[in-house]
Amino acid sequence: MRPNKGRSRFIFFCVAPATVLFFIFMVMPTLNVFRMSLFERGAYSPTETFVGLQNFQTLMKDTKFITSMQNTILLIVVVTIITFFFALLFAGILTREKIKGQDFFRVVFYIPNILSVVVIAGIFSAVYKPENGMLNSILSFLSGKTVLVLWKDQPMVIISVIIAMVWQAIGYYMVMYMASMSAVPESLYESADLDGAGRITQFFQITLPLIWTNIRTTLTFFIISTINMAFLFVKAMVAKGMADVGLSFMYTQKDAGLYGYSMAAGVVIFLFSFLLSLLVNQVTRREPLEM
Amino acid sequence: MGLPLPLSGVYLLYKDGEGMRCLPVRQDFNDWRNKEKMKRILSMTLAFLMLLSLLAGCGGAPQTNEPQNTPEPASDGGAETPDTPEAQSIQVAALASGYMEAYPNMWKEVCEAFTEETGIAVDLLTDKGLEDMIGPSMQGGDYPDVIHLATGREAGLTEQFIKDSNIAEITDVLSMTVPGESAKVGDKIAGGFTDTSLTNPYGDGKTYLAPMFYSPCGLFYNAGLFAEKGWEVPTTWDEMWALGDKAKAEDIYLFTYPTTGYFDAFLWALMYSAGGPEFFEAATHYEEGIWDTPEAQTCFDIIAKLATYTNPVTPAQANDQDFTQNQQLVLDNKALFMPNGTWIVGEMAEAPRADGFEWGMTALPAVSEGGDCYSYTWFEQAWIPAGAANVDAAKQFIAFLYSDKACEIFAKGGAIQPVLGIADSLEGDNKMFYSIYDNGAKAAMGGFAAYSAVAGLGTTREVFLDPVNGLVSGTISVDQWISDIKAASDQMRANLME
Repeated sequence: MRPNKGRSRFIFFCVAPATVLFFIFMVMPTLNVFRMSLFERGAYSPTETFVGLQNFQTLMKDTKFITSMQNTILLIVVVTIITFFFALLFAGILTREKIKGQDFFRVVFYIPNILSVVVIAGIFSAVYKPENGMLNSILSFLSGKTVLVLWKDQPMVIISVIIAMVWQAIGYYMVMYMASMSAVPESLYESADLDGAGRITQFFQITLPLIWTNIRTTLTFFIISTINMAFLFVKAMVAKGMADVGLSFMYTQKDAGLYGYSMAAGVVIFLFSFLLSLLVNQVTRREPLEM
Repeated sequence: MGLPLPLSGVYLLYKDGEGMRCLPVRQDFNDWRNKEKMKRILSMTLAFLMLLSLLAGCGGAPQTNEPQNTPEPASDGGAETPDTPEAQSIQVAALASGYMEAYPNMWKEVCEAFTEETGIAVDLLTDKGLEDMIGPSMQGGDYPDVIHLATGREAGLTEQFIKDSNIAEITDVLSMTVPGESAKVGDKIAGGFTDTSLTNPYGDGKTYLAPMFYSPCGLFYNAGLFAEKGWEVPTTWDEMWALGDKAKAEDIYLFTYPTTGYFDAFLWALMYSAGGPEFFEAATHYEEGIWDTPEAQTCFDIIAKLATYTNPVTPAQANDQDFTQNQQLVLDNKALFMPNGTWIVGEMAEAPRADGFEWGMTALPAVSEGGDCYSYTWFEQAWIPAGAANVDAAKQFIAFLYSDKACEIFAKGGAIQPVLGIADSLEGDNKMFYSIYDNGAKAAMGGFAAYSAVAGLGTTREVFLDPVNGLVSGTISVDQWISDIKAASDQMRANLME
């Protein structure tokens, strides 16, 4: 059985690097996060004291943490709904309808996705500028009087973050859905046409069910990445404490010298995202349709 | 024919759907198989090497900082390393602040001068976000020997080291002789700088942090506008409010601030002018009932009233991304005053400004007629982590930072060392700024006392300063702000570091 042995050895060596890296850089740190959440220590201090679950008890009573988790959930729900609505809408229009400059729109929608968050924060800083900012100027022009909305101040700040996040995410998901939508056979639409189904009926009866597996995967993917992206956007765009999300709370605690406490927050966020994606996975489960 | 034929042996040539194919036959077949085997081994080796290089790439970064292994300074400054027997070297990490923007070679030249003087090589690291550069390797136990990084930064790295008692004591540096000079360090440093909680965080008379780059803080304004309108710079808060009403009539707001972080120097100077050094001492140590005193009430009232006079766009721009737009408000005559430090001139050097703009700076107005005006003396700190490998050489380096040579180099970037007699050599705007204390303003120094970190209790900035945004936009009431301060202050007192 020489060839077989060689084969498994080959597979072993192919898989080994990824496994080793995954273990060292993903599994170990994650376990370490759980361990450190039971201790109290500064990020740079050589000593640590075991405090058991005390960090978690304090966390549950910390109003700042509760507010930041509320913000996180708000961002996940609202940004996901708006992004998916527009991504599906644009993808549907760009694949099914004949529009001049389709490729142009595809590129334009995709551009925000290749920009780094810092650049996006810079762009939106110009958009949201209270005086002479793009958004306020447009609103002033439309309403005919000077509009001075403070986009990055309470209470508008969370809406400003949502707008920026949606703007950033639409293009990527749109391109993904366009790919799977173009795989739907034209004949289905033709027969639906003959049966007298309108565009909207076609979208909900044919397109949506047939790309459902794709939507499901991207949904889980999106929710997890939103937890991270929300932190990046909030950090780059707005003042500390204005619209803190879970991860920014975690970093604030670390900077305050509470490493164990911040790790406890990390554990809660980890479990939260884990359970959430599990939940989403369960809720969106459907019988897969064959094309 | 473009068919790649091997050079020797018997081959079977055949044609399939995709074109001509050639297969080696018989005697060379074994040869071929061996070659394939070799290829496989090679690819495995390559895969293995890739893994190794990945691991090395990830784990290697901190090792390059190993001070012992780098006898030559990392900077390619062209200065010859003197031939000294002791091939010692230290690692210095310094924040690249606004001063360095004005004179990028500042730290490099100081390090070279130090090497020339003492023969100790310096491995220099400067960065705008120094915490992110040295933080991870310090978590791994690899510390630079000298760190120049002030308290009051968002990442609070220096505060964390203070709270962890993780800084080497440098009281003896004060009695060391400055390398290359005959004067002692303690005699060169100007009075008061080594008596504050910023250098002696535990209040036990022992010095842990060396005072660096001082800058008088105050309210900055457009002197040209004041001259044009014929306005007087207010000397009491009552005059300030009167001016605010006058300016409002011309569509100019009285006040703005870059971010809430700039209120620390403001608040401390205000505490001094409201109740003198005793009140400041008590308040910064969170003494019981201190926030119920009339002095504290004065401070709260002034900040609360100032919030109503603040340009309403300020909180929307009071973040790290947009704070220069708030500073721009002063340059554009949309706000009269802002709290700031002397670095503002360099920071906004390229910014457009109103015609006839001219920087002016004043101390905080007195609380009442005839009261004291205070200007907070902001300074940065250099310190030695307790885990540093070369503490003795690091102490020499800190001593050298007060030498005439180093002061001269720093001054090129506008960074003024707290050394006696340095104010005489200043020029331009700086001459006016640093003479603020000669013109009647008293110097306010110090800061909040360190307390050990407690989960759920915020930093002093979160408790005292950040709510100012809410005061301006009206999302938090003054009473709420004060009661939050009282509650947090009780916890801070309970956890004071002795």
